[in-house]
Amino acid sequence: MFKKYLVYPHLFWMLVFVLVPILLVLVYSFETTGLNGEAIFTLENYQKLVDANYLNIFIRSVYLAVISSIICLALGYPISVILANREKRTGKSGLVWIFILPMWMNMLLRTYSWLTILEKNGILNNLLELLNLPQVNILYTSGAVVLGMVYNFLPFMILPIYSVLIKIDNSIIEAAEDLGANSFTVFSKVTLPLSIPGVVSGVTMVFLPAVTTFIISKLLGGGHYMLIGNLIENQFLVADNWNFGSAISILMMVLILLSMAITNVFEKDTSTEKKGGKK
Amino acid sequence: MSNHLIEFKNVYKQFDTTEALQDINLYIDSNEFLTLLGPSGCGKSTLLRLIAGFEDPTEGSILFEGKDLISIPPYKRPINTVFQKYALFPHMDVYENIAFGLKIKKMDKKEIDKKVMRVLELVNLKSFHDRSVDSLSGGQQQRIAIARAIVNEPSVLLLDEPLAALDLKLRQGMQIELKNMQKELGITFVYVTHDQEEALTMSDTIVVMKEGKIQQIGTPVDIYNEPKNAYVANFIGESNIIDGIMNEDFSVTFLGRNFECVDKGFELNEPVDVVIRPEDIIISDENPDILNGIIESVTFKGVHYEMIVNTGEYKWTIHNTIMRPEGSRVGISVKPFDIHIMKK
Repeated sequence: MFKKYLVYPHLFWMLVFVLVPILLVLVYSFETTGLNGEAIFTLENYQKLVDANYLNIFIRSVYLAVISSIICLALGYPISVILANREKRTGKSGLVWIFILPMWMNMLLRTYSWLTILEKNGILNNLLELLNLPQVNILYTSGAVVLGMVYNFLPFMILPIYSVLIKIDNSIIEAAEDLGANSFTVFSKVTLPLSIPGVVSGVTMVFLPAVTTFIISKLLGGGHYMLIGNLIENQFLVADNWNFGSAISILMMVLILLSMAITNVFEKDTSTEKKGGKK
Repeated sequence: MSNHLIEFKNVYKQFDTTEALQDINLYIDSNEFLTLLGPSGCGKSTLLRLIAGFEDPTEGSILFEGKDLISIPPYKRPINTVFQKYALFPHMDVYENIAFGLKIKKMDKKEIDKKVMRVLELVNLKSFHDRSVDSLSGGQQQRIAIARAIVNEPSVLLLDEPLAALDLKLRQGMQIELKNMQKELGITFVYVTHDQEEALTMSDTIVVMKEGKIQQIGTPVDIYNEPKNAYVANFIGESNIIDGIMNEDFSVTFLGRNFECVDKGFELNEPVDVVIRPEDIIISDENPDILNGIIESVTFKGVHYEMIVNTGEYKWTIHNTIMRPEGSRVGISVKPFDIHIMKK
């Protein structure tokens, strides 16, 4: 069969650019360079991870990502409901593009533009001055980092929730109304439970890039707020300690796999309930 | 003061630029099985949605037990709907689906339990209470949808083509079950369908609709035997419809011949539709005194044969239990009583 050979280029690509690098990172993480430049097996890279300094960075990364996910959910859910309702009513999907459009622009550029808005003599402070209001300095605070995360990752929250909501058949909503549910009950008993899969994938899609970002914290945190991503960057490019950098990368991958496993459990839960039913 | 359960008075419904319903005047009585019959897009579903409260009329009034219905939101109406695609809640099991309406009414748990089990028995799905909705077949989902609606003991049950997705055998079984259920429960049924056979089988009253207007309201027998116009005649059962001219009372001309008929009250030389049912045409041997033609095709339909007879100007559809072979020449005639004259 000729078709079989079509998969080989892809297989080659995955092998050389994904699998091999990951294995290299894994090998590096268990090594240290000896006096003569030889590689020695060690666990010390992993032992260093529990050092209070680094532990703080991990905790901070997770904390800021959680905060961002919560804010994205609080903003994104109502927006998704409004967008989905509007599209169901009018059949037009135009408004969604406003939220998708920024995703097509480079994230670095978008984050830089926040720099010019938030800096000391930036657009925000000029505006406040114009209105005779006190100036604010939020650049290089954790607030600015969270702002950057929310701004960049909000579309990843909106899209999955929106696409789940838009698929809920209108007759199911009508059936609930028909059976005596007012709009609040319709939401709490029908719309919300049916949109949970969208919420789960939305939260994952915001949490993962937020916990691993290094651009946003570097630009808007100004180096005061080092996150896992920054630490890895530093170890590879500044400290030139590839072994420790690899160990942190492995930790991050474990973190990602863990949250994906949690997502899977959620998704399986809803799908088995649908198909198999409770015994 | 009227005693009708639901009354439509000069109701209009407009969607953007299309007129979905025009000048609807209709009443529905208690314990009635009323069917809205018409092709898709005739406004029958819109009419149903007006009763359920999912749409408001553009003009006119709808009364329920003599009081205005339009201002009452759907969730407060004593009316429940069985949706075309069932619209069961996918995140709940069968029991939770049926109990949904009762739980909202904050009914006692034991009471809910009793009622849910009773309707499950009624729809013959008692052992299915803990099954998930997706594991049920179309027919079973349909029964659950019905159970979910009637458990609330509504005064009116609306059914929007509930059997459309089922196969013929199942559909026929469900028709009988629905009719029995309606008698047993004493609930008014408003039933929407495009299937004329279904309408004839189940209904007390049929409302035939076309392009947003009511064509005829009557019992199944009335509508079949005395269709008001050619459209109704054609929609309810098959018909031969021929252009004719009324000569005088009890005499009509079509296909170049004079025929005796039983209709009167038309103007002289008024153009009319002549409607003749396929089963009312008598086939005999060729005879110069009557219409003659050739049998063009014969199809076996189970009980009868359907034969197409070409008499030159018109191709007749004829139903008869005795088959005449294709290509044979025959004569056809109709009794005056079976010639139905309708205004154009």
